[in-house]
Amino acid sequence: MTLNTFKNVFFSALFIAISFVGYASESPENENDKEFNAKEMIMHHVKDAHEFHVVDWNGKPISIALPIILWTDQGLVTFMSSEFHHDDSGTQIVEKDGMRFVKYHEKIYQLEPHVQELAFDDAHHPTNASLPTDLSITRNVFMMWVSVIVLLLVFISTARVYKKSDHKIPTGIAGFMEPLIVFVRDEIAKPMIGDHKYQKYMPYLLTIFFFIWINNIFGLIPIINGANVSGNIAFTLTLAVFTFLVTTFSGNKNYWKHIFWMPGVPVPMKIFLMPIEIVGMFVKPISLMIRLFANITAGHIIILALMSLIFIFETIAVAPVSVAFSLFIGLIEIVVTAIQAYIFTVLSALYIGMATEEAHH
Amino acid sequence: MTITGIAAIGAGLAAIGAGMGIGRIGGSAMDAMARQPEIQGKIQTSALILAAFVEAVALFGVVAALIV
Repeated sequence: MTLNTFKNVFFSALFIAISFVGYASESPENENDKEFNAKEMIMHHVKDAHEFHVVDWNGKPISIALPIILWTDQGLVTFMSSEFHHDDSGTQIVEKDGMRFVKYHEKIYQLEPHVQELAFDDAHHPTNASLPTDLSITRNVFMMWVSVIVLLLVFISTARVYKKSDHKIPTGIAGFMEPLIVFVRDEIAKPMIGDHKYQKYMPYLLTIFFFIWINNIFGLIPIINGANVSGNIAFTLTLAVFTFLVTTFSGNKNYWKHIFWMPGVPVPMKIFLMPIEIVGMFVKPISLMIRLFANITAGHIIILALMSLIFIFETIAVAPVSVAFSLFIGLIEIVVTAIQAYIFTVLSALYIGMATEEAHH
Repeated sequence: MTITGIAAIGAGLAAIGAGMGIGRIGGSAMDAMARQPEIQGKIQTSALILAAFVEAVALFGVVAALIV
């Protein structure tokens, strides 16, 4: 089987990649002197990064390096993030093709010629360095590819079951996936879009439902350091833009009439409602974007904040309480992964349904 | 009081509002389910969607607090 061979190769490659440990080096300053900063730790975990930071062992960070790809004015520059030696304060300079780069707060800056270190203005923005276009494979991009490949494997296997058996009872993985797909069809697509028009939108709804769900779940796995894909506003923005485009391009005459010239109300009211409806068109995807982003990010922040309590109080006596609470929140988060995927899909279907609704008066 | 403190108070107020809203939705949904258990599924779906709308307001507060 080609698919099975591919599966074996993929998972072996994944485990090799995970067991590959990047170059570990001692940080220049003594870490023990620094006071624990909960906000910094939480933001470090929630934000995107150029490496998978696994654990600090004896004061040395152990992490998996990821490639950095930059588009500068002199062309493409690539190197591994291990060349920064875990430095995030902009002191470690990497020289490539005569250009020098530093990493400061997970952003790659290109130093101006003959500059030896970053200078900052009052708002802590570097003044003597420029930002090249960063096309790096960050940990979010990496986790997104992993989830895409996992989804492809799951759904291709599911499709093969139906291809082989002639409408018999689904076996194997198809038996697990069929109720979920039927749930999206019967509980989301049919009631929101309507029995006649839902089929055209099923591929989109299934895609966003499973893609959001699997990324939410991957975000909760601690060992891969919670690559916070669905808690990244760029990710949710992209999905919301897709929903906006699908809604706008499937809008019928009735939908546009309701936006620009609301039927059944007096003319002054029509004029008054037009700008509100136009703003509403854009507010819907924006609220989709913020809802998913804030829910997932807030979940991560709560779990990490509860864990930080141990280090803030500097006593082990708090540990049972905070571990118990973060376990509790963690269990709620598992439910939230599914609920947020469901809400995003339901609201997308609702908006599509509003756009394709026929006039009934 | 610093701007961060004001942002924190604002986020807290947004949470109070959303808590009241979701509480009302949950209470009414429970009432409705008790009266008509046969349409429990439909009520649950609508309650979840409405809760998502109300919750969005609280999340705007969270985002505001994060940005400030």
